[in-house]
Amino acid sequence: MKLVLDDDQQLLAKTAAELVSRDDALKRLRRLRDEKNENGYSKEVYAKMAELGWTAIPFSTDQGGAGLGVAEMAVVLEALGRALTPEPLLSSVMLGGRSLALGRFSESSWLDGVIDGSKRVCLAYQEPGSRFDAHHVETSAEKTTNGYRITGEKVHVLDGSGADAYIVSARSSGDTAAAAGIDLFVVPTRVGGVEVAVQRRVDARNAAILRLERVELPATARLGASGEGAALLDSVIDGATAALCAEMLGSMSEAFDRTVEYMKERVQFGVPIGSFQALKHRAARVFVEIELARSAVMAAARALDAGDDRARALVSVAKAKCSEAFLLTANEAVQIHGGIGMTDEHDIGFFLKRARGAEMTFGDAAFHRQRFAALSGY
Amino acid sequence: MSDLESFRAETRSWLEKNAPSELRQKATDPDAIVWGGRRPTYVYPQSKRWLDVMRERGWTAPTWPKEYGGGGLSKVEAKVLAEEIFRLEMPPPLYGFGLQMIGPTLLQYGTEEQRTEHIPRIVRGEIRWCQGYSEPNAGSDLASLQTRAVRDGDHFVVNGQKVWTSYGNFSDWMFLLVRTDPDVKKQSGITFILLDLETEGVSVKPIKLISGASPFCETFFQDVRISVENVVSEINAGWTVAKALLGHERSMIGSVFGAGRRAKKRTDVLVETARRTLGEREGRIQDDVQRDRVAELLIDQACFELTVQRSHDGAKAGQKPGPESSIFKVYGTELNQRRHEAMQSMRGPSAVGWEGPGFSEEDLQQTRDWLRSRGNTIEGGTSEVQLNIIAKRVLGLPD
Ligand SMILES: Cc1cc2nc3c(=O)[nH]c(=O)nc-3n(C[C@H](O)[C@H](O)[C@H](O)COP(=O)(O)OP(=O)(O)OC[C@H]3O[C@@H](n4cnc5c(N)ncnc54)[C@H](O)[C@@H]3O)c2cc1C
Repeated sequence: MKLVLDDDQQLLAKTAAELVSRDDALKRLRRLRDEKNENGYSKEVYAKMAELGWTAIPFSTDQGGAGLGVAEMAVVLEALGRALTPEPLLSSVMLGGRSLALGRFSESSWLDGVIDGSKRVCLAYQEPGSRFDAHHVETSAEKTTNGYRITGEKVHVLDGSGADAYIVSARSSGDTAAAAGIDLFVVPTRVGGVEVAVQRRVDARNAAILRLERVELPATARLGASGEGAALLDSVIDGATAALCAEMLGSMSEAFDRTVEYMKERVQFGVPIGSFQALKHRAARVFVEIELARSAVMAAARALDAGDDRARALVSVAKAKCSEAFLLTANEAVQIHGGIGMTDEHDIGFFLKRARGAEMTFGDAAFHRQRFAALSGY
Repeated sequence: MSDLESFRAETRSWLEKNAPSELRQKATDPDAIVWGGRRPTYVYPQSKRWLDVMRERGWTAPTWPKEYGGGGLSKVEAKVLAEEIFRLEMPPPLYGFGLQMIGPTLLQYGTEEQRTEHIPRIVRGEIRWCQGYSEPNAGSDLASLQTRAVRDGDHFVVNGQKVWTSYGNFSDWMFLLVRTDPDVKKQSGITFILLDLETEGVSVKPIKLISGASPFCETFFQDVRISVENVVSEINAGWTVAKALLGHERSMIGSVFGAGRRAKKRTDVLVETARRTLGEREGRIQDDVQRDRVAELLIDQACFELTVQRSHDGAKAGQKPGPESSIFKVYGTELNQRRHEAMQSMRGPSAVGWEGPGFSEEDLQQTRDWLRSRGNTIEGGTSEVQLNIIAKRVLGLPD
C-alpha cells in the first residue's frame, strides 16, 4: 500500500478540481436551499459528472464500469467536498450502485442506469431507532407466495428525494439488532405502498423519509443470497464511509484555507489578525489534524481496494479522525472569522453545518472508536 | 532470487548466527541501549559482542559510505536489515548523538579531514557525542547565545556556559555553537565547532531531573582552546549548520516517539495494561471510559504512523518533502505524553509509587517514565516553537 497519488490519480484530481473551480457549487447549494428545492442538486451538473465517467469509477469493466476503486472515488469526492458540491455522486454510486453490484442484482438496467447517470438509486437502511447501528432493522420482510411484503419506516435516506429506486434493508427473522435475518431489497419508487417525504437537514443536503406500507415485491427483488444482507450492508457502508471521509477532507481543507486567507487579510489593532500568536497556534493545530486525516483517508481507501485485513479498522480510523478534524476546523473557522462568521450571508457557516451533517452520517467518532476497539480485539 | 531477496536471505542467516541470544526479544529494553564512547558500559555483557559484530560490517550506520566505515547499503537494503533485526527483536547495536545528529551533519558539511577523523569513530562507537546548544539565557531563542569564542592564531579561545547538555558527563566530544562575532545580526555571528571534552578548561556538572535521574549537565568553559580546524563549515556560518542538525534531531525525536517498529510494542503494552488494571471480559477492556480513551489514542497513533509512511512514500516517489513532516516533532511527542498520561490513569493509586515496597518494579518505572515524558515537548525545540514554525513556514502567516 503506497500512500501517494499515482499519475492517473493526479490527473483525475486535476480534472475534478477544474470542474469544481468553474462551477460555483456553494452558490448553487445556497440557492437550492433558499428555494426549498426538493432534490437539492442540479441535474445538469450531475449529467456532466456522469459524462466525465465519475459515476462509473468503482464498477468492474464487465459491469460497464471503469474498473477503478475507492481510491479514485476519493480523489474526485475530495475535490467536490472543497466546494460542498451537493450532487448525489456518493449516494448513487457508493451506496446504490455498489449495493446492486455487490448483490449481483439480476436486472442489469438499474446498475447500467447508475453507471451512465440516468438513474439514481439510494440506500435506505437507517431507522428512527437505529442510531448508527445498521443491523438494527425493524422493517419487516414477510415471505409471500411470489416474493416478499415489506413494511417499515426508513429515515435519513441520503439524496432520497427524487430517487428512482431504493435499496431497503428489512428483516425476515431474528431480533431487532441481530445481523442474521436481514436482507436487502430493490424497491422502485413507483411501486404501490411507497411514500417519500423530504427531510430537511442542517447541511441543506437532500435526505428523505421512506415509508413502506405492505409493499409487494417479487422474489427477484432481493440482493444476494438470503441472509447475506448484513454482510452486504457492511461492505457497502464501509466503502461509502471511506468515500465520505474523502469528501470531508476536501471540505475541511477548504474551510481551513479560507480561514488562513482571512487571517492574512483581516486587520485589527493595525495588524493582520494572523500575526496574533494565539490564533497562529490554533491554526497550526488544525493544520496538523488535517494532515493526519489525509493520511487516514488515503490508507482506508487503498486498504479497501486491496482487500486488506485491516480495511475495516482503517475505515474507522478515518471516520473517527475526519469527524473530529472537520468539526474542529469548522468551529475554529467560525471563531476566527468573528461576527461575520455567524452570518448566513457568509459562506463559512455552510462548512460548519456540513461538518455536523457528515459527522452524523455512517457513525460519529465515538461510534467508530468503539468499532475500532472491537475490531482490534479489546 | 532478486538481489534484494538474496540480501535478505544472507542477512537473516548471518543474524541468526551472530545476534547474541541473550539480547533477543530485548528490542525495547532500556537496559539494552548501548551508547559506546571511551568509557563504554554494558548492562548485558553480550551487548559488547553485538556491537563488535555489527560495527565490523558498518551496520551500526548501515547507509553511511563504506569509505568512512559505514555499511554502504542502499535505503531499501537498510530497510531489509532493520526488518530482519526487528524479526529477532534485537535492540540497535549502538545509539547516540553521533549516529543520529553529528554524523549526518558532518557527512553534509564536514571537511574531508573531519569526516575521516570522526565518522569511523562514530560508526565504531568509540566516541560518545553531546550537544552544546542551549545556554541559561538562550533556549527557544537559541540564536541569542553568548558563549564567546575569540580568535588567537589558529585557535579559538572559548569562555561561557552551556546548559541541559544531555549526557555531558558521559560524553567524550561535544558539538557546540559559539559566538564569534557579537557585532552583527545574531544569526550571522555564530560558529559551529567540535570540542574534545578532555581539553583543559572544560568542566561538567550533572543536574537532577524531576524523574530523579541526572541525564543532563551544565557545561562550563574557561579559556578553552579549540583549533580552527574543528570549525564545521565556515566561521560565522554556524547557524545554517545548526538548523540542519536540528532538522535531523526533530524528525528523530518525532519518529522515535510516535511511530516505527516500537510503536506496535507500545500499543500492546497499553492494551495489556488496560486489561490487567481495569479488568477484561473476553479480551474487552471493561471500563468503557478508559476503553474509549485507549481507542482514541491508538487511532491517533495510527494516523501518525500513516503520516510518517505517507511522507516516506512521497519521498520515494520523488516528491519534495511536504508540509506533513513539520508535524512530526509536535505530534509525536504529544502522543507519547498522552500515552503516559493514560498509563498513569489506568494504574490508579499505584501510579504514585516512587521507591520501596508496595509498588511493583513496573509501577516505579512507569512513574519515572511519565515524568521524563514531560520533557519531550521541551527538548529539541518546544512545541510552541514548532507551532510557530508551522504557522510561519507552512501557513505563511505574518510576523
Ligand atoms: C530532556 C531535555 C534534554 C535536553 N537536551 C539538550 C541537549 O542535549 N543539548 C542542548 O543544547 N539542549 C538540550 N535541551 C534544552 C532544550 O533544547 C531547551 O530546553 C529548549 O529549547 C527550550 O529552552 P528553555 O528551556 O530555555 O525554555 P524557554 O525558551 O525559556 O521557554 C519557556 C517557555 O516559553 C515558551 N516560549 C519561548 N519562546 C516562545 C515563542 N517565541 N513563542 C511562544 N512560546 C515561547 C516555550 O515554549 C516554553 O514553554 C534539553 C532539554 C530537555 C528538557
